[in-house]
Amino acid sequence: MNSDYTPSKYDVYVDPTKCRLCGRCIENCSYDVFRKDRDKILTYPNNCVVCHRCVSFCPANAIRIEKFSTPYRDHPLWDAEAKEDIYNQARTGKVILGGMGNAKKYPSIFDRLVLDACQITNPSIDPLREPMETRVYLGKKPKRLEFSGKGNDVELRTKLSPNIMLETPIMIAHMSYGAVSLNTQLSFAKAAKKLGTFMGSGEGGLNQALYDYSDNIIVQVASGRVGVNSDYINRGAAIEIKAGQGAKPGIGGHLPGEKVNKYVSKTRMIPEGSDAISPAPHHDIYSIEDLAQLVRGLKEATNWEKPVFVKIAAVHNSAAIAAGIARADADAVIVDGFRGGTGAAPKVLRDNVGIPIEAAVASIDEKLRKQGIRNEISIVASGGIRNSADITKAIALGADAVYIGSAALIAMGCRMCGKCYTGLCPWGISTQREDLVERLDPEWGSRQVSNLITAWTHELKELMGAAGINSIESLRGNRDRLRGYLLDENILKVLDVETVGA
Amino acid sequence: MCGIIGLLNKDGKKIDGSLIKRGLSIMNERGNGQGAGFAAYGIYPDFEDYYALHVFLDNMKEAKSQVEKEIERWGYIVYSEEIPTNDIRTFEREQIPYRYFFKPDTRKLLGHDFDERDAIVKMVMRINSSKAGSLVVSSGKNMGIFKAAGWPEEVADFYKIKNYDAYMWLGHNRYPTNTPGWWGGAHPFGLLDWSVVHNGEITSYGTNKRYVESFDYGCSLLTDTEVVTYLFDLLVRKHGLSPEHAGMALAPKFWKDIDKMPEMKREIHTALRLAYSSAELNGPFAILVARSGGFIALTDRIKLRPLILGHKDKTVFVSSEEAAIRAMEPDLDDIVYPMAGEPVVETLEVPL
Repeated sequence: MNSDYTPSKYDVYVDPTKCRLCGRCIENCSYDVFRKDRDKILTYPNNCVVCHRCVSFCPANAIRIEKFSTPYRDHPLWDAEAKEDIYNQARTGKVILGGMGNAKKYPSIFDRLVLDACQITNPSIDPLREPMETRVYLGKKPKRLEFSGKGNDVELRTKLSPNIMLETPIMIAHMSYGAVSLNTQLSFAKAAKKLGTFMGSGEGGLNQALYDYSDNIIVQVASGRVGVNSDYINRGAAIEIKAGQGAKPGIGGHLPGEKVNKYVSKTRMIPEGSDAISPAPHHDIYSIEDLAQLVRGLKEATNWEKPVFVKIAAVHNSAAIAAGIARADADAVIVDGFRGGTGAAPKVLRDNVGIPIEAAVASIDEKLRKQGIRNEISIVASGGIRNSADITKAIALGADAVYIGSAALIAMGCRMCGKCYTGLCPWGISTQREDLVERLDPEWGSRQVSNLITAWTHELKELMGAAGINSIESLRGNRDRLRGYLLDENILKVLDVETVGA
Repeated sequence: MCGIIGLLNKDGKKIDGSLIKRGLSIMNERGNGQGAGFAAYGIYPDFEDYYALHVFLDNMKEAKSQVEKEIERWGYIVYSEEIPTNDIRTFEREQIPYRYFFKPDTRKLLGHDFDERDAIVKMVMRINSSKAGSLVVSSGKNMGIFKAAGWPEEVADFYKIKNYDAYMWLGHNRYPTNTPGWWGGAHPFGLLDWSVVHNGEITSYGTNKRYVESFDYGCSLLTDTEVVTYLFDLLVRKHGLSPEHAGMALAPKFWKDIDKMPEMKREIHTALRLAYSSAELNGPFAILVARSGGFIALTDRIKLRPLILGHKDKTVFVSSEEAAIRAMEPDLDDIVYPMAGEPVVETLEVPL
């Protein structure tokens, strides 16, 4: 008898009348759910993570996965999750790890915001027939311009700070080589280059295979300084200091040793097979003035030619932190909401720390405007952005652009099974096992991701056109074009949005 | 839909108000009798060194004494009177139009890091957001705004517009959807010697409003045109941009066109879009923005509202409709249809 046994969540059933015994399910499942016993396929459903790989590849459509629950006595407080976490920790004495984003049932603010459209007094604009601009520049903007000369002989005297130019406000979030496969990063890089946008390197160095795409890569400097050297920071289009992450505010990155093969080891400059656990804070940033030094140090090291971004997790005082970042010479603040994904995070942090991206973006934009420093810094929203409506709403709340992470992975087959930390990703995404990595063709992957971003950009243009807006600047911070539907008064106040009907 | 109109004599020759009234009244189809107004430049030569404050008062007691207290925080009232009006049978006198001629006291500005014009801006913002029964309608030197809820002819007759002589006139005929019938919502809008008339609806208002608010302008008049006034004051007076550059910032060139420009020009247009992205006006509009000495006429980037100019000798006419221009001057030298988003700047050829 096992007192700590937790029952399987799924039932995996292979229909013997359809099955041809081709063995593709065995081949494709990296979690060893299937095995062949003479003339039939047997399953061990306890291992199933519902990644759908077997279902997708079964030529006979013979596999059926169903939810399977051995019931516990119903209890509103002591639900299955609460009990199973306890069984698990009683057995192991360890911190529970989880992949992907916050999995608790907090209500979504995005789903309670609605957008506006023009009628009669004001024409909507048809993006199929009229220009519709989605180009965004990220970086410091001058507060005012100075010119010399007169008439046709005017010259600009104000010097512009380096900015990066995006043809669409959608960028691909930082996912490190190590956390994800090289083919995943290659897919992103090809898509970013094709679309005129950017991807994040994550904290894992830059594999040589990505050098051709480095004009479209923002290189990350995180607390472990993994992969950071002069060549690396000079290669990127911009540099991003990662101070926090929405999925695990307050702690550093975590790459399980299982995923550190010899190639990852070389790029990251760490021993093969070793866990790569980045420190919680940067050990040279214990205060805001330390951040200013690091920002300036990185700018000095790159000849003041690269914008330097700072990424923080959305927490209670992120608005004040962002104002500090703006004054620390940084060029953009990336704010990562509590829905932000990850390869591996302690479940307790993932599910309980941080605040929603909607509130964080609104309060940061507001604070920067109040202090008259909104032009000093761009705002990039990330964490749990699921579709073009979320993007449009995030921009209307004050963001310049967004990062998408989970959505880009889903575009390449990810089923959000949340087991990234095992390194067994059957879709070739969050794994370093060569046979699994090969499953992801970077050409196909980049097409999927670029299709997704293209489709969302089309939809964004439709939404802007409906609102009578033909350039994205006029959407940014335009909260008058949002209404809250059944949001409470306090949240409406934070968002500076009126209720529906008002 | 609204009608806008303007005229400027570049020699500074004064023209009485009956001409602009005739032009504006031709376009009654564009209004609905819920708001009309005029701005006139050069009308107070005897008081040209003083700020002329046109104010709407709810009553001659508390509202008046409160507004005078605010005004006197920064200087002296040199002269004041009720603006002369006629009784017009067909419309309701909702406000008492009053005017003050005001001289700032430089001693009261000592120790502040702003000049007297900033003090006037602060004064206007305080009065207009205080809801104390008064509203500053215009606050420039040697100019004034006359507006009310009514048809153009009614408003012109109410204010005895034909008795004023100005080298530049602006007019507006309103078809309000936001604040019908409210005198404060009628155009022109003014601040210092700026005045703005606008046909359209600004879809970027939320962005523009938050932008000017971060420079201490307060939007209190419940309509989008107000923000245009503040944007021009900020970009031209405070930041020192030329009216042309301000026009390019408010109706920027499309990136596809900027990308094709020669380098110097591209740099300027890119810088304008980067620095002033939150000042960009979106949605359909045709606007006339005047200040002492001239005006700028501008439409949105895809010209969703009409704008036409005509010249006759040294007088330039501008309007939503050619018919209105021809009603003022049948024998024109030319008619000009500005390109979408192309700022047209017309100024006096003589010193002010």
